[in-house]
Amino acid sequence: MSTSFVSHQGGRYFWVSLAFMVLCIIIYAWHDPVQSPNGGTWYGYTLGTIGALMILWLLYLGKRKRNFANGWGTTKGWVSAHVYLGSSLLVIATLHTGFQFGWNIHTVAYALMCLVIFSGFFGVYAYVVYPSARNKVKKSRTRDDIFEQIQGIDQQLKKLVSDLPEEIGAMVNSAIDRTEFGGGFLDQLLGRDKSKVMIDGIIVNNNNQDVVVENLVQKLTLARGQETKDLASLVKEYGARQKLLGVIRTDIRLSAIQEIWLSFHVPISFGLIAALAAHIASVFIYW
Amino acid sequence: MYDIVVIGAGPGGLSAAARCAELEVSHALLESSPKIANTIQKYQKGKHVMAEPGILPLRSPVDFAAGKREEILDAWETGIAHHKVNIQYGAEAKSITGEVGNFSIGLVNGEVVQAKHIILGIGMQGNPRQLGVPGDQSDFIQYQLDDPDEYHDENIAVIGAGDAAIENAIALAKHNNVYIVNRKDEFARAKEGNLNLILAAIDSEEIGAFYSSSPTEVEILEGEKFRGNLVLSTNVGIEKLPVHRVIGRLGAIPPRGLVESFGIEFPSKDMSAIPALTSQYESNVTGIYVIGALGGYPLIKQAMNQGYEVVEYILGHDVKPADHGLIEDKFKALPYDNMEVDDVLTMMQERIPIFSSVNALLFRELILDSTVHVFNEGDVVFERDDYTNSFYTVLEGGIKTVITEDLIISSAVGAFTGEGSLLSGRRRSATVLAGDQCILIETPRRTMLKLIASIESVKRVLDETFIVRQIQTKFAPNTDIKELEPIASKAVINSYTPGQVIMKEGDEGDTFHLIRSGSVTVSNEVNGKELIRTYLPAGADIGEMALLGDTTRSATIKATVKTETVSIDKEAFEMLLSRSPGLREELQEKTKKRYQENVKLQGDDDSDGLLSFLMDQGLGEATSALMIDEDLCVGCDLCEQACAATHDGTSRMNRRAGPTHAHIHVPTSCRHCESPHCMKDCPPNAIQRMGGGGEVVIGDNCIGCGNCKQNCPYGVIEMAYQTKATSSFWQWMLFGIGLAPGKGEVLSHGAPNEIKKAVKCDLCIEQNHGPACVRACPTGAAMRLNPVDFAKLA
Repeated sequence: MSTSFVSHQGGRYFWVSLAFMVLCIIIYAWHDPVQSPNGGTWYGYTLGTIGALMILWLLYLGKRKRNFANGWGTTKGWVSAHVYLGSSLLVIATLHTGFQFGWNIHTVAYALMCLVIFSGFFGVYAYVVYPSARNKVKKSRTRDDIFEQIQGIDQQLKKLVSDLPEEIGAMVNSAIDRTEFGGGFLDQLLGRDKSKVMIDGIIVNNNNQDVVVENLVQKLTLARGQETKDLASLVKEYGARQKLLGVIRTDIRLSAIQEIWLSFHVPISFGLIAALAAHIASVFIYW
Repeated sequence: MYDIVVIGAGPGGLSAAARCAELEVSHALLESSPKIANTIQKYQKGKHVMAEPGILPLRSPVDFAAGKREEILDAWETGIAHHKVNIQYGAEAKSITGEVGNFSIGLVNGEVVQAKHIILGIGMQGNPRQLGVPGDQSDFIQYQLDDPDEYHDENIAVIGAGDAAIENAIALAKHNNVYIVNRKDEFARAKEGNLNLILAAIDSEEIGAFYSSSPTEVEILEGEKFRGNLVLSTNVGIEKLPVHRVIGRLGAIPPRGLVESFGIEFPSKDMSAIPALTSQYESNVTGIYVIGALGGYPLIKQAMNQGYEVVEYILGHDVKPADHGLIEDKFKALPYDNMEVDDVLTMMQERIPIFSSVNALLFRELILDSTVHVFNEGDVVFERDDYTNSFYTVLEGGIKTVITEDLIISSAVGAFTGEGSLLSGRRRSATVLAGDQCILIETPRRTMLKLIASIESVKRVLDETFIVRQIQTKFAPNTDIKELEPIASKAVINSYTPGQVIMKEGDEGDTFHLIRSGSVTVSNEVNGKELIRTYLPAGADIGEMALLGDTTRSATIKATVKTETVSIDKEAFEMLLSRSPGLREELQEKTKKRYQENVKLQGDDDSDGLLSFLMDQGLGEATSALMIDEDLCVGCDLCEQACAATHDGTSRMNRRAGPTHAHIHVPTSCRHCESPHCMKDCPPNAIQRMGGGGEVVIGDNCIGCGNCKQNCPYGVIEMAYQTKATSSFWQWMLFGIGLAPGKGEVLSHGAPNEIKKAVKCDLCIEQNHGPACVRACPTGAAMRLNPVDFAKLA
């Protein structure tokens, strides 16, 4: 029912862009400039102009997607066109260079463009793969649902420890209070768990709640009578909590990976604009 | 003996009594509570009260204009004091005997008041149900809670299991020790949100709960820490709960029983029916007049005008109703220059049979709500597949109903059209064109539904017509309507509650059903599990295989929402077959197709239960439901930003809220229900279903009463101050100044005359390009679907 931007309108922009690339290659092969092919021939200028205009148009997506009242096409259609026509720039710009590279502003602009496009490729991959992966990890729950479940378990745990020795209560309560999520971008990306717990007055790392689980299991092994039962239900609940926290952490990590390319794609695009301006200016100044 | 006794000091009663006082007529105004205008007293503090309908002039000795609750109550208090109205508080009427010129009104306190004429203006709220146990008159027992923050550190028992009880208990639990007493073993009547809240509060021991318990006595404790003991009979015996306060929230006793005991008749059993009244507000009991909400006029200004007019009528004065000018304006375009308004109204009733049995007062109201159109020949009245649902009657000329290109039916003066969409809430099934010199009365759906509920004969005529026209369009387009009537008369209208089984797989049956309103699911049992195959909307037919010989039902059919079907049995169907050559073959062809589809469907099973999940979410009654494919959603929130940006900065959807099943997430957003719950009780009739796409839209004349928010089972309506989108993309982008696109500012937050109005999704009807949320989605995750498309999701 729902079609993604990749297959929008039966991949309309894929075909458009493919046809365009093939056409450009054919003309490139056909045209026979006096010197070897480069940006300065009539065909070089044509491709350069087209490429520069396309870059401006590609950049315009950032504005277009916020024109919420605009009736000209859907954002999905624009994204689809952005992806496929953007990809075709690799061919257009490469033909524009005539395969002449060097240590100069022209090649810098070209390299930046490639970085933008390749980061975009990763973006497409991420947007296709990660949403469903995240949904699978969360078992079709929203993050809020899971947080709610965790809160419910936390209340349950607080109730359960009231019947158990004070040290266990102190440990579980401090583990709840010192559970952490997110952190900096790198922490999110690597799925680092900075949760802590205070045991016997000392704050220790509680990565993946392992310390607490191990401690509880240890106590359960030694427990007798009613305490065994109480501890067993505590361990069961705590295990459920551990699992849910893991789900959230994985989701945060996947979501960070899903979005990381934007931190390259957008800033480098602006860098590209600067380099492109310098490239065009220098071409005209040193005519 | 008073000339006029007014019962009920609401807006209508106050106005009537003040008019009596102004004219120096001997009168009394009886009010059961200790204050005037009980219903308005119950509004929250500072609530802004509107004076709708704005076009209607006020005609009353007492002032009234839109404003704060307190200002309005003050003006009324001043008004009745100024006119020296003889008002008696705490005077609750319980019986009326006698006749015009000599009525005796028996009061609960034992007194008897004598009157020549009685004006009843007791509203529709009724009196709160009392505990009905010894000690229930104690001063610490109350049936209303104005301000929960008034009480601190008390032991409070809240008795009841409805929304009011739950809301009170939760609000009080912040500062008090609260117990909730439920006669049953669960909270079956509560809204889901409240149910979750109370269960969580009971679970966390914030609120104590007594299930299957009812109070048997209230013991009064003098000079002790607690003011009384609430004695409860529970499953495990008698329990005594020491309390400072008992709050009874056991619902209200509707006033209808009391009114009927006065001898006043209601034309139908329907609870929303209103008593039959003359154009001068007189009931079937000569000398007893009914005004205000009880007479079908829920708005304050209407009631006040009626109060004034009814006194004039009783005194025999000839006054024109306040709406006279409005109706006169409505008739301006009509070629009846030399006729009086009342004569035109009479002529309308004479010409149009369906309105002939409607009483003059109700008809006047109907015309006030209606529009009278003068059409040129060939003008389109409405088009097939339009989502409009008003009802048209022919006053002059005629109309042509275009069912198919070859089948055009002409109807003349007195005919009506549009009953199909009116009754089913579905799109128009045919195009209707105006004939020569055509004048039509267009009556809105709400007005017609009120009429159907009140007048049995209107309902009957519409039902019969609906059935015969359905049969004609479905099976016998070339047969004359007259010939089909004997068949139609055998048809039965059945109603089903949500989830009720209409037919069961494997059962024998030879009736055939046409879904008239609502919708159904078709399911099969596979390995002991119910698998929903498909969803069928109103207009579809089910069980036709049975009529052709296969009497074993091949699937289970269940109503998804409140559903009505028209059923025809085998015998009537045989009659139909004999009259329509070719019908048998046509149906056989259809049956063959259905068998083929059934075979195809054997492979697809709704194994992840997506369809069942969607139906459980109430999406069976949706016409356009927002869904998000979680396999595509990157969580960018552009949908919400788009919604806000196109709606003055306030988003009408919540992407994160709502349930998810498999890969489909159902965010909180209006689904534009088939029969919108929100439209049920909108005093200014501000919620409308629009023509083209069926958008359910809240208009600017919203008075902020919040009824729609309460009636919506899906929580998609918000009460909000008006906002204005003030963001600028370039300023935000380049300089980081101002609000990001999709953010808005609240205009004059809580300014004196600013009220919170109801807002919800309008499917971007003003944008002309379809819903912005879907259009703004970069990946294709957001979509708006009709239930018919749900099967494609799986």
